[in-house]
Amino acid sequence: MQSVGTDANPLRVAIIGSGPAAFYAASHLFKQEGLQAELDMFERLPTPYGLVRAGVAPDHYKIKSVTRVFSKIASHPRFRFYGSVELGKHISVPDLREHYHQILYATGAQTDRQMGIPGEELTGIHPATEFVGWYNGHPDYGDCTFDLSQRSAAIVGVGNVAIDVARILCLTPDELAVTDMAGHAREALSQSSVQEVHLLARRGPAQAAFTNPEIKELGNLADAEISVLPEEAQLDDLSRAALTAEDDQTTQRKVAILQGYASRKRVGKRRQIYVRFLVSPIELVGSAAGQLVSVRLAKNELYQTEAGTLRPKATDRVEELSAGLLFRSVGYRGEALPGVPFNDRWGVILNEAGRVIDPVTQQPVVGEYCSGWIKRGPSGVIGTNKADSVESVNCMLEDLDSGSILRPSEPEPSKMEGLVRERQPNYFSWANWQHLDEIERRNGEADGRSREKFTRVKDMRAAIGR
Amino acid sequence: MKIESILATITLRLITIRPDQSLQDAVDLLAEQNVGALIVVGESGRPLGIISERDIVREASRSEDFLAQPVSRVMTSDLITVSPEDDVEPVIQIMMTRHIRHLPVIDQQRLIGVVSIRDVLKAHVSNIQGEVDTLQAQIMEEQL
Repeated sequence: MQSVGTDANPLRVAIIGSGPAAFYAASHLFKQEGLQAELDMFERLPTPYGLVRAGVAPDHYKIKSVTRVFSKIASHPRFRFYGSVELGKHISVPDLREHYHQILYATGAQTDRQMGIPGEELTGIHPATEFVGWYNGHPDYGDCTFDLSQRSAAIVGVGNVAIDVARILCLTPDELAVTDMAGHAREALSQSSVQEVHLLARRGPAQAAFTNPEIKELGNLADAEISVLPEEAQLDDLSRAALTAEDDQTTQRKVAILQGYASRKRVGKRRQIYVRFLVSPIELVGSAAGQLVSVRLAKNELYQTEAGTLRPKATDRVEELSAGLLFRSVGYRGEALPGVPFNDRWGVILNEAGRVIDPVTQQPVVGEYCSGWIKRGPSGVIGTNKADSVESVNCMLEDLDSGSILRPSEPEPSKMEGLVRERQPNYFSWANWQHLDEIERRNGEADGRSREKFTRVKDMRAAIGR
Repeated sequence: MKIESILATITLRLITIRPDQSLQDAVDLLAEQNVGALIVVGESGRPLGIISERDIVREASRSEDFLAQPVSRVMTSDLITVSPEDDVEPVIQIMMTRHIRHLPVIDQQRLIGVVSIRDVLKAHVSNIQGEVDTLQAQIMEEQL
């Protein structure tokens, strides 16, 4: 048999998803000397870049600039993009196995975890992911509505997503105007009546998940001020001992920033952000009409587990926080893909170092791999996906060397293209996306924004003349 | 970062042994499964201890017929366990300071896996590396 990976017989790889993990994998494959690889990237939406477009906050331009690197990767002559093509709807795993030597799933972690407390069904309670998708113009969330006439909003969790949500709720119309936020969200947020934002952390300042730059940014907003209760900014004995033992300067700095906020004098800005520590929502209280009116919080104290972790334990002290809007941001998980083994407990594809594992035989499924959040769960920053994808691609290369790859019956690129055209005539090629990208940029330029996003698939199609 | 982020990345193939089995069985199992430690479980599946390569080597230097000895003789029964909710950083501290290379993971009183020092350090390093890569990319972008 003719060897795979040559000019005459290139390695054909399908990548499912088009976020950072997908592009880092593509980059590593293209970098291999002596390997001729052809990559077809399939994306459910017409637009690429996953959470860089639809998750990273619109006022974090620098983080979004990574798309320039991705766009360069996509300019490779052997790269093809199939936007608006969904696995399980337009194409199936058996289809892919007939057309590619290897398949890499990089679909991310799209769903959020629930809090599991009474009242979660009340009106006014939303997953933070919905709000993030909405303000970022993700087509799935265009129809979501958030009651921004409420005076007080609570955010459960203090990871960077929670911090993003708090900040976005507090931006002034001027600050909003220059972002690439979806027009509908910019408009709604400019009229927002939210005056108070409460960020709720289960543990203390030393255990908070947010990074120092994020919490510092929250203290420098044009028309919102941040406060921390002095008693909650103080470290308990266990936290102090752990911090000293670990000599963790980043966390020491974080605690110092928060203690600085605790001693800040109010200067009369329009909005207030309260960062609360050692509190857990135990019940969401609604009006007769089913609208959230308050959050019942248990005050926590910390205890140390055998493994050294400081965990929260509810005391019998309870307080009630008035809030008509609540966003939960207590963790994310991936969704199973049709026909791909899934580890339901952790919300990831069953895998070992990126090789998909058959749950019955516990052996790798030939030709199938994964990378990014669907492989390891939602942890790390954008750059974490680089090493993660390199690990998966190295497995792919090892398996190519050992001959453990799929033997597709129709490896010719035209065959897959034909199939896509038949099943999804409205698919977006890379050229289509570039066209749309140019229109979005042009539309934003007039108002001093980096872009004006299209937020509906039909508008995206119309924009490129479909 | 929590231990659950590591559990998602490792196959939770649980290799266990009973306390009355011999060290010969333990050696065979360690070699066959290519692992460094086995969790010792009782009839009900409850973890009773852990036995590592190092425990066996130590016994080998003490007695000639060590392979016939029962696992219970050399296992560490004073078990330190972790839960998926535990933070990775203090777990690294414990493993380093107490020279522990494997820790059983218990979730809702059930043994669900073992994390090794390699697993926790790999996760920790890739987290830091990710931040470095991200910052580097941003600095490069600024310089363009």
